[in-house]
Amino acid sequence: MTLFKRTPIAPLDYTRRLWMRAWVGATLFFLYAPLLVLIAFSFNDSSRNIVWRGFTFKYYGKVFENDALVTALGNSLTIAFLATLFSIVLGTLAAVLLWRFRFPLKAGLEGVMSLPIVVPEICMGVAMLVFFARLDWPSDLPWPLNLSAITIAHITFCFPFVTMVVRARLAGFNKEQEEAAKDLGASDWQAFRDVLLPHMKPGIIAGALLAFTLSLDDFVITFFTSGPNTITFPVKVYSMVRFSVTPEVNAASALLIFLTILLTTVALKLQDFSKATA
Amino acid sequence: MQDWNRQKPAFLALATAPVLWLLAFFILPLGIVWLYSFGRNVGLTDIDISGTFANYARALEPLYLEIFGKSVAVAALTTLLCLVIGFPVALAITFAQPKWRPWLLLAVMLPFWTNLLIRTYALITVLRTQGYVNKSLGFLWDQASSVKAFLGLAPLPTWEPLELLYNNFAVILGLVYVHLPFMVLPLYAALDRMDKSLIEASLDLGAGHLRTITRIVAPLAAPGIISGVIITFVPALGAYLTPDLMGGPDSQMIANVIERQFKRANDWPFGAALSFLLMYATFMLIALQALRTRKIEARQ
Repeated sequence: MTLFKRTPIAPLDYTRRLWMRAWVGATLFFLYAPLLVLIAFSFNDSSRNIVWRGFTFKYYGKVFENDALVTALGNSLTIAFLATLFSIVLGTLAAVLLWRFRFPLKAGLEGVMSLPIVVPEICMGVAMLVFFARLDWPSDLPWPLNLSAITIAHITFCFPFVTMVVRARLAGFNKEQEEAAKDLGASDWQAFRDVLLPHMKPGIIAGALLAFTLSLDDFVITFFTSGPNTITFPVKVYSMVRFSVTPEVNAASALLIFLTILLTTVALKLQDFSKATA
Repeated sequence: MQDWNRQKPAFLALATAPVLWLLAFFILPLGIVWLYSFGRNVGLTDIDISGTFANYARALEPLYLEIFGKSVAVAALTTLLCLVIGFPVALAITFAQPKWRPWLLLAVMLPFWTNLLIRTYALITVLRTQGYVNKSLGFLWDQASSVKAFLGLAPLPTWEPLELLYNNFAVILGLVYVHLPFMVLPLYAALDRMDKSLIEASLDLGAGHLRTITRIVAPLAAPGIISGVIITFVPALGAYLTPDLMGGPDSQMIANVIERQFKRANDWPFGAALSFLLMYATFMLIALQALRTRKIEARQ
């Protein structure tokens, strides 16, 4: 029994006090029980969702037979991929810019860069809606291009996060390394590519995973920029949730949870790895 | 740090793309909304930017003031509940054995990484009338009833499932559920930095645990508590999804009113004005927080 260790509880061993453990346990139960119930019942062989009637994968099969859901998932992944690609380029450029240079209005730029992180999602969503409506952004383009409005909106709120992560990584860079490269005859570009970029790499990867998850998860901003032909996975799930609670929605949600957990685990592992090799 | 005009080509190569992107796809859209907030509808789709303040005046009507007030109250109550629930959790993580600490942190953070919509849906599935919460309560009710019958008393009336969804209670529960990690992480960061010998000193000198927490820990962790409060309050104030999916007709928050202006009601200028009022409120809170941290840093 770990609950009743032989050693007496020291005054500061708050975590070993029973009421504290009960409190933490109850909180974790509150956080996890609904999610676990949701995942468990995506495998339940009953459409009424409450009594366990045996294990089945059939609702996952149904998700993949549902063309609208599959298209939405494809859209979401495409948008997330494109948004990540652009975000790491823009985010890394901005990070190096803010780290390296002193320039007029720098504080202003830093402020504007942090805005997409703090502006309420609903305000950002309506701004994008109004913007694309005002521009008469064409909505009937062929497939990846019809996702451009959503992708642009996603890049705008993703790349400041990449900047944040990469800038934190750059803070630990020893500038003498770059100077040494230049003393030895490297050009600016070579020094950037062969010295600075490898140092930033773990930060860029972490930022990329963050951007990918943010884009994949976003509902509110996408809700305002998506049209009838450009439904993303969360928007589709939203319309299903509004309609009813079905095992199929459970299965679709569980898929998204697994995907997020997988991406987060990879991100955490990479960070550990970069710490170990730093 | 280099001065920008000593290396202009490199500076421009780095600055052009991100700055243009922010101008075109962030400042410009917000600017258009800002201009629309001073406009009025002419016809179905045209908006005449006439410089009128009528939209802001309308936002001050009792109906909308009440919704604003209610949103603030709901967000404040959510924040308070998150603080009450989250503080002991943060304390427990701080004083956990080192090998447990990263796991506890991960356990708090993992739901934070899960999609907001899915977390809300998960909560709906357990709270609905045929959900687990109601089933469990019904089971307990029936047990109590049969115990009473066994003792020869009149059995309880039949169990009626509680309506746990589509009301204000559900909105607050949902917001607490979603925002709890926002509170725990800054609290943990503040508690972790604290000098633990001060707590030991307080306990040695005869103060009880509760007194130590209220008189020593809370004041020392105040910066973390305040940033936790702001980090939780700001998104709760602008929450759209939770009141939309879990609320009833009377639990709309400001974000839902904004959404309605842009979709069903099709009154973009008014929606734009409301959206900027929400944004100003957010900025004020964040500026307040930034000022405070700067003051603390200046003192050190």
